[in-house]
Parts: sequence; C-alpha cells; structure tokens
Amino acid sequence: MYVYDEHDRQIAAERVAQFRDQTERALAGELSEDEFLPLRLQNGLYVQRLAPMLRICVPYGMLRSEQLRRLARVTRDYDKGYAHFTTRQNVQLNWPALEDVPDILAELAEVEMHANQTSGNCIRNTTTDQFSGVQVDEIVDPRPYCEIIRQWSTFHPEFAFLPRKFKVAVNASEKTDRAAIQVHDIGLQMVRNDQGELGFRVHVGGGLGRTPMVGPVIRDFLPELDLLTYLEAVLRVYNRYGRRDNKFKARIKILVKALTPKGFAEKVEAEWAHIKDSPTRLTREAIERIQGYFTEPAYDALENATELLASQRFDNRQFDQWLSHNVDSHKKPGYAIVTLTMKKTGTPPGDVSDTQLEQIAELADQYSFGEVRVTHQQNVVLADVRQDQLFELWQRIEPMGFATANLNTLTDVICCPGGDYCALANAKSIPVAESIQRRFDDKDFLYDLGDIDLNISGCMNACGHHHVGNIGVLGVDKKGEEFYQVSLGGSSHHDATIGKILGPSFAQEDMPDVIAKIIDVYVDNRKEEEPFLETYRRIGIEPFKERVYA
Amino acid sequence: MPEVITKDGSIKQDSWVVVPRPEDGESLNIPEQPALIPADLWLAGKEHFEGRDDIGVWFDSHDEPEILEGVVNELPLIAVNFPKFADGRGYSIARLLRERFGYQHELRAIGDVLLDQLQFMKRCGFDSYALREDKDASKAARALNFFSQGYQAATDTDVPLFRRRAS
Repeated sequence: MYVYDEHDRQIAAERVAQFRDQTERALAGELSEDEFLPLRLQNGLYVQRLAPMLRICVPYGMLRSEQLRRLARVTRDYDKGYAHFTTRQNVQLNWPALEDVPDILAELAEVEMHANQTSGNCIRNTTTDQFSGVQVDEIVDPRPYCEIIRQWSTFHPEFAFLPRKFKVAVNASEKTDRAAIQVHDIGLQMVRNDQGELGFRVHVGGGLGRTPMVGPVIRDFLPELDLLTYLEAVLRVYNRYGRRDNKFKARIKILVKALTPKGFAEKVEAEWAHIKDSPTRLTREAIERIQGYFTEPAYDALENATELLASQRFDNRQFDQWLSHNVDSHKKPGYAIVTLTMKKTGTPPGDVSDTQLEQIAELADQYSFGEVRVTHQQNVVLADVRQDQLFELWQRIEPMGFATANLNTLTDVICCPGGDYCALANAKSIPVAESIQRRFDDKDFLYDLGDIDLNISGCMNACGHHHVGNIGVLGVDKKGEEFYQVSLGGSSHHDATIGKILGPSFAQEDMPDVIAKIIDVYVDNRKEEEPFLETYRRIGIEPFKERVYA
Repeated sequence: MPEVITKDGSIKQDSWVVVPRPEDGESLNIPEQPALIPADLWLAGKEHFEGRDDIGVWFDSHDEPEILEGVVNELPLIAVNFPKFADGRGYSIARLLRERFGYQHELRAIGDVLLDQLQFMKRCGFDSYALREDKDASKAARALNFFSQGYQAATDTDVPLFRRRAS
C-alpha cells in the first residue's frame, strides 16, 4: 500500500501544527464557535451529543498493522478503549477531549494517518472496493487512482469551502460494485474503450440523504491521464453554481438535476476544454510511480488447497458455513480473501475494542502480509490468506467474535451509530439492528434466505445507506417519539436503485415482526434460488404491503 | 486608514474604498480617493473613468468574472468579496481572473476574510487580504505559511507535486 515520502510527511506534520494552532485559538476565544466549526470539521471533529467525535481517515480503507496498533493505543490513552468502523471505510472515536485532539493527530501522523477532510463541505475520503487488487474480475487495481485523487484533493485551495460535502468512489470490477459508486457525488467506473485504452465512466450527482438519486453518466469514457483535470472541472462548476442558499439543496445532485445531466455535462466540458492540457494533467510516469506502491506482496507459488479444504469442511460444519459465507476467491492460486465480521449480535455494528484492534493487527501480520481493508459494510478484510491456513485462522477468530458467518445475509446489517451516539439522529438504530439479529438467529434459515442487504439509518442523512438496502430502515421522529420507516428494493450495486417506501412507519418494538413478515412474503413467493431483490422486482411492493399492514 | 495584509504577511496601509452597489434608482457615487466599484458598472461606463488610475472593481461571490475577459489588465486592483467565510466561490473567481484571463495586477480578498482562509487565498492568486477588523493581523504571516508546499498546481505554482517528484 501507499507509503509516505518526505513530501507527504512534511505536509502531514505541518497539518498537525496548523490544527494545534487553530485549536489553541479556539480555546483562547480568538475564534468564535462558528468560525472554528468548518476548521474542526475539516479535521473530522464533531461536537456530539455526549462528547466530541473524531473521524479518522482510512484512505480507501487500507490499514497496516502498525496503524491498527496505534489506533488501539489512541483509543486506550485518549478514549474509552474502543473505536467504530464507519460506512465510508473510516474509523471514529466517540469520546476524545477537544484539547487532546492535536496530540491524537500527532500520534496518528507518526504512522502516516490523519483526519483531514473526513467531514465538512470539502472533498472527503475516496472510497473503493475492499477486494481491490486481489479479486479475479477487475480491470485494473483502482487504489493507485484513489491515492492520486487523495493527494489532489488534500487541502485543494479552490475547493475547501464547497456548497456541501463531496464524496468520490472508484470501482474497477466489471461484475460487481462493492463501492456503491452510483450513490456518490462522483462515481468513477474503470473501463477499457474499444481501443483497449484505460479510462473512467463518470457518474455525477448520485447520493443518499434527503433526496436519494442514482448518479447519471455524464461522460462515457474519460482517458485515465485526464482524471484530475476533469475532476477539477466538475468541482469548479459545482463550486461556482451549486446552491448555497439552502443546505438541503446544496449537494451536487440538485445542481445536476436542475441543469439536467446533459446540461451539466456541457458546462463541465466547456470548463474542461480550458484546463485539460494544464500541468494538472496526469503523466504516465506519475501513475506508474503510485502504482509502484500497490505491487503484489511476495506470494508463495501455491496450488489451490481444494482437497484439504474439502475434508476440513466435511469434518466441521461451522467451518464449512464460515467458508461459504465469509471467504471469497482470490486471483492467486492457493490464496483466499477473508472477511472478519464486526457484527456480533449485541455489539453495535462496526464497533471494535482496543484489544480487538490489536488482535486484528496480529492476524494481519501472521496471515495477510500485515495489511487489512475496512469495508463500507463495516467489516475488516484480510485480503491475502493462504488457503491451507484458513482452518487455523478460523479457529483463532471464532473466539474473538470475528467469525460470525453471516456476511451479506440479513443479519450483516449496515447501521449508523444512531441516536445512542449521534447528535443528528432522530432515532436509535443499533437496538433495532440488535433486535432483528436476535430474531433471525437461526443460521440455517439465514443461509436459506441468501444475500439480503438490510441497512439502517437513524436519520435522513442516511449514514446507514438505508435507501440502497434491499430492506431499508429509517428512524424518524414523530412528536418526540421514535418511529421507523421501511423501504424495499434498494440496491447499491451496478443495478443501483433507490428503495421504495412501504408505507406508514412502525414503533421500535414492532420492527422484528415487520421484518419477519417481509421475509415471509419473500419465502412464499420466491422461485428456486431467486434472491430477495429479484423476487421483489418480480412481484412488486403490493404483496409486502398487504402482509405487513394486514 | 485601513490595514491590508500582503502576500508575505506584512501589513500595509492604503486608502482604497469599496463602493457598494447602489440601490435601485440611486446613482453610483465615485469618491475622490481610490475606489473599487462593482465590476459590471465599471464595464458599462468605463469611458467615464479614463484618466483615473485609481479606479478598480470588485466582484461579489455570485458574479461572473467572465464579463471582464480581455480588459482585466486595464484595472490596477480587483477585489473579490467573501460575504461569508464559508462561501468558497471567490477562490474560483480568483483563479479564473489569474489563470484564464491573465490578470497581472493586485487581487484583493475583501469581506469575511479570516486568518485560516489566507493560505487558500494566496494559492488561488490573491496577493492582498483585507482581514476582518476584529482579527489579529500580527498572526497573518503564520497563517499564510502553515504549509511549505501543496499537492496541487494552482495559481501560485503550475507544477503539481507529482511533477516535482518526477524531476
């Protein structure tokens, strides 16, 4: 993965000094609360319901074991000994003290970590597929392009005060989209054109929140060297013309809709014509230089361990289930991709203790070349595990709670921190997730249901991505009471779709029953191996409505 | 006399005044002293100002700098207003004036100009800053120099870091 050179180190150190200076001025009263707000947000620091919250950047989800260990130490020394993996591949601390934040940043900078632009109206962390570089069907490893975007967007002088936050995601797999690019402000799908040249299909104006939209394509093919100049053109058009009079209409999707995708694309093209040959245009050499950081680890020359695994599966049913659900195929023979689940029933999705962070670091060192990836489903991936070590790994992670074999099933819930932690939330989300997980604790039944995305958000801001859940749950506030609205049919993949609202909302205690009825309708109607989403698409929302509101 | 911060962080005194946009029905009052008037009004009546080298213009954040394409260098000073510090349109206006229209003379940030915007303003081509009066001008030099380099090309450098690394 990427390693800082002297330039990155210098910029990171200067950033820590700058934020220390800003914090001191805020504490001394030289900056008003309003003035400090965007400065602390650009450093990931929120003031929350119970304490400040610090969102630490994990560029496109990649972490080294030393970084995990440092995170563990930071949560112990400055927080309550646990952290939270977010739905955008970042990490949050829930209880740091404001005056400690500069010291925390200094500790993080030592291991090449930071909290830059993890919040605020600026360009946020670029996200991508957690299986990048190791999956079978990818066009090219997207991470070097994410790193190029990270560098370009870091402290970009023109785009530090955009109308609203701005999120970019990159996907390079032809078959799947684990990065949900079509619900990002900019979604970049890597493609090859007819001449075999590499580039991007550019989606702009997708997003969740109050006005969920699937991002339309505004350019079918952007040559890879033109990436940054084109992004600069999109951002400039947005910076100049995005709405600033109404926070709820300020995302780029509203501008794209107002101008129409075609009109927006024309404006971008006109701007781009001026700058496409500027020095910001990438060079082959620059791309290759960054690609040099993402070379393959020293894989052993192995055969697939098919027979060994078959006999281990035969002997142990739980291992068999785990292998089926939490392990994916790898591009190299003899290797596998393992997802450690952070979704044990009874713990908030994505929460990890300091000890668990250290355990993950240990596992990474021992089984996966010292690296892990955080997923937007709030799990952690060991991307390069030898197949002949899978059984041993499974035995070790089972007691740690990382082997809940529910990946992509109904109980692998995406869930925001919700009203228990977040000042913005209208309703709690974690207890809802937990009650559903408890209701569906029969593994065989879960496996029989197949892949179902259940996504829960505690408010309109949609951090739990409820619009694109096959089943989405949104917490709403009705006269001071918490209710939950259910939507069906969403998808964040290549067939990206915004879910449809089922009807009036439900009380918290009714939610497990509501989900159970929805599942019943699916089970009654599905044909053979048909997944939930396909059944829904075939039969429509009515049968679900009838059963749930009967 | 008002104080203005320069690009190197020093403080200079000058007497430029910002002439507000007249209300409907009112006429533009041009003072005797150096004055900045709304850019579109200057353009509409620029023959009236011939012979005065102390008339400049200002843009508000929603204005389009494109209207001055081709004539920017007739002006000794252009100011861009930041109505609120969180309004970032002025940065794009500045880059367009400098990089697209080739503006060579002084470019000033006015309005809600606070210390932590100065580094961005400098990189986008502003070379003077009318810091909001309640802010401590003695801290400007530090705020302008938090960073010794940036990743991107902008007005201050046309060599992004990826090109510097290559050499």
